[in-house]
Amino acid sequence: MKTLKKSGLSKEEMIQAYYEVKRGRRLDERLWQLTRIGKTSFNISGQGAEVAQVAMAMAFEHDKDIFLPYYRDMTACLVWGMTSKDIILGSFGKDADPSSHGRQMPNHYGSKEHNIVSFASTVSTQMPLATGVAYAAQLEGKDYIALTTTGEGSANQGEVQEAMNFAGVKKLPVIFVVENNNYAISVPIEEQYANENMSDRAHGYGFEGITVDGNDFTEVYLTFKKAVKDARSGKGPKLIELKVYRLTSHSADDDQTIYRSKEDIEKMKESDPIDVFEKQLIDEGYLTQADMDKMDEEIRAEIDKATDEAEAMPDSAPESLLDEVYAK
Amino acid sequence: MAEMTYLEAINLGISEEMARDEKVVIFGEDVGGDKGGVFGVTKGLAAKYGDNRCFNTPLTEGLIGGLAVGLGVMGYRAIGEFQFADYILPATNQILSEARTMRYRTKGDWTAPIVYRTPYGGGVRGGLYHSQSTEKIFAGQPGLRVVTPSNPYDAKGMIKAAIRSDDPVIFYEHKRLYRLLKAEVPTDDYIVPIDKANVVREGSDITVISYGMMLQYAISAAEKLAKEGIDAEVVDVRSLYPLDRETLVNAAKKTGKILLVTEDNKEGSIMSEIAAMISEDALFDLDAPIKRLAGPDAPSMGYSLTLEREFLVNEDQVIEAMIELAEY
Ligand SMILES: Cc1ncc(C[n+]2csc(CCOP(=O)(O)OP(=O)(O)O)c2C)c(N)n1
Repeated sequence: MKTLKKSGLSKEEMIQAYYEVKRGRRLDERLWQLTRIGKTSFNISGQGAEVAQVAMAMAFEHDKDIFLPYYRDMTACLVWGMTSKDIILGSFGKDADPSSHGRQMPNHYGSKEHNIVSFASTVSTQMPLATGVAYAAQLEGKDYIALTTTGEGSANQGEVQEAMNFAGVKKLPVIFVVENNNYAISVPIEEQYANENMSDRAHGYGFEGITVDGNDFTEVYLTFKKAVKDARSGKGPKLIELKVYRLTSHSADDDQTIYRSKEDIEKMKESDPIDVFEKQLIDEGYLTQADMDKMDEEIRAEIDKATDEAEAMPDSAPESLLDEVYAK
Repeated sequence: MAEMTYLEAINLGISEEMARDEKVVIFGEDVGGDKGGVFGVTKGLAAKYGDNRCFNTPLTEGLIGGLAVGLGVMGYRAIGEFQFADYILPATNQILSEARTMRYRTKGDWTAPIVYRTPYGGGVRGGLYHSQSTEKIFAGQPGLRVVTPSNPYDAKGMIKAAIRSDDPVIFYEHKRLYRLLKAEVPTDDYIVPIDKANVVREGSDITVISYGMMLQYAISAAEKLAKEGIDAEVVDVRSLYPLDRETLVNAAKKTGKILLVTEDNKEGSIMSEIAAMISEDALFDLDAPIKRLAGPDAPSMGYSLTLEREFLVNEDQVIEAMIELAEY
């Protein structure tokens, strides 16, 4: 594993990275809690992928690059600019929810304000969109990039191959990401694809594919940094596979103990990437345990406040069901 | 006879057919192993019939669509599961371009004896992408059969008939009915035809035609109104395409007052076609304009409870519409 120093990030940036990682975890824990006490009815988490998502997202310019995420990317969306309150509004399905104004299920992040494009539940349909976003950049001679993510199961959809093919042909400024957490609901990777790494597929489309350990903050950050530089300078797309863990069941409607062994789940939980990251931060002198505890308290307070505020917001008016079916 | 749910009845029907005919195979996302599908419809089938006959596919609906056709032309009876009716869309090309036309374009030399199973319908806080009624997309496509049972007895009998059918059948299962309904179901071999509507209740004042969850409301409403002197005939469409014209038109002629109830959007739904048939064949038997009670013409229900309720037809609305029609 690479040292954090090697990332080239300043101390402040590294502390910010830790804040985002921890906020992602605590916010997701809150979303589960709200589901369990019956205040919300669904959650699907990125627990296990926070370190990778923060390292990925920090390599971009959030006020100009366009993010087309999938449902596990809450933490990356926070880095892009969404707030804890934005996320919780979506969980409650409130009208003020910037993602879909209570129309889509929770965890379908989006924000016009923050360059995060709305996505459908139909997996991977955002991938061809990302090529459209990138083609627009090319047409206009602008240097913004499209980042789009999906899971390793979802990466098998036909539309993903169509998107990557076109991106390769046109050398588009788009970065395709597969967050490989070994399971698509209950289906393990052995039943999902037969090659060693998902990233091998990129070669077939004429661009580079890279597989990275999602626990390795620096490696992920530097990989994206380079991909961003290449894409911005007209060198075309990349496919980056992040090997991450899925620490929770697929969603609030799933129970992973049916299809994963106890030992498997235990073993994975013991190698929580946040623990690894914290140890690195302490060892390399970025933060002390006391600093982290203090930060954790601040994060919890932020989330409590966001929860109360979001809960107090009004539900959608029934008649708004027919708003925006068509342009006026 | 045994008391069982709609879901258990489908499971038993499939299991009996797999036992009877080793050419019956079933597959889809999460369908194999111990998970047995996200709703558990295929639970136990892999253990009973082996991982070759009940298996997981990658997350690839296009493949599920076409794999079934390939197996079908080789003499298998393939059952492909789509996890949600919304997610059939990536397979639409295979279903419409290949499965639907195989028999016709070869004048019967090749056939595609397939069942595509899928849960559909709303009322489960699924938002847009876990609630849609996609059946209208496949109606009006000669060569395909589109069916949906509305009770456990039909569920078992119709899935068996669908598996034995030499045509491609899309078998819609209302996900709210899965565990809501329990009834006595024979544990021996029987089939329920997949090309017949069913008069579930004889009546002389008005005729209510519906299917799926809405039909349950119609039956319950009819029982309540019977006590108030309104005698309703209730018909379950069951075969959504092709429609059982004779049964539907006769039931319409019988009372001359027709209420069509669907959970789908009002315009362009299965009910629109039924209304057209009745006006062609029974216009002069009508004593009132044909009335449709349906969802509004918004893309689908919202996740927010206020928006979901606003979209869905409820039993009170059915009762109100029935009274209005009876008094016309
Ligand atoms: C086209 C389509 N088919 C099925 C589903 C249902 N579904 C939602 S998530 C999921 C599994 C996705 O697994 P993977 O791509 O590995 O991502 P992960 O959830 O593991 O991050 C499935 C099958 C869907 N949303 N869209």
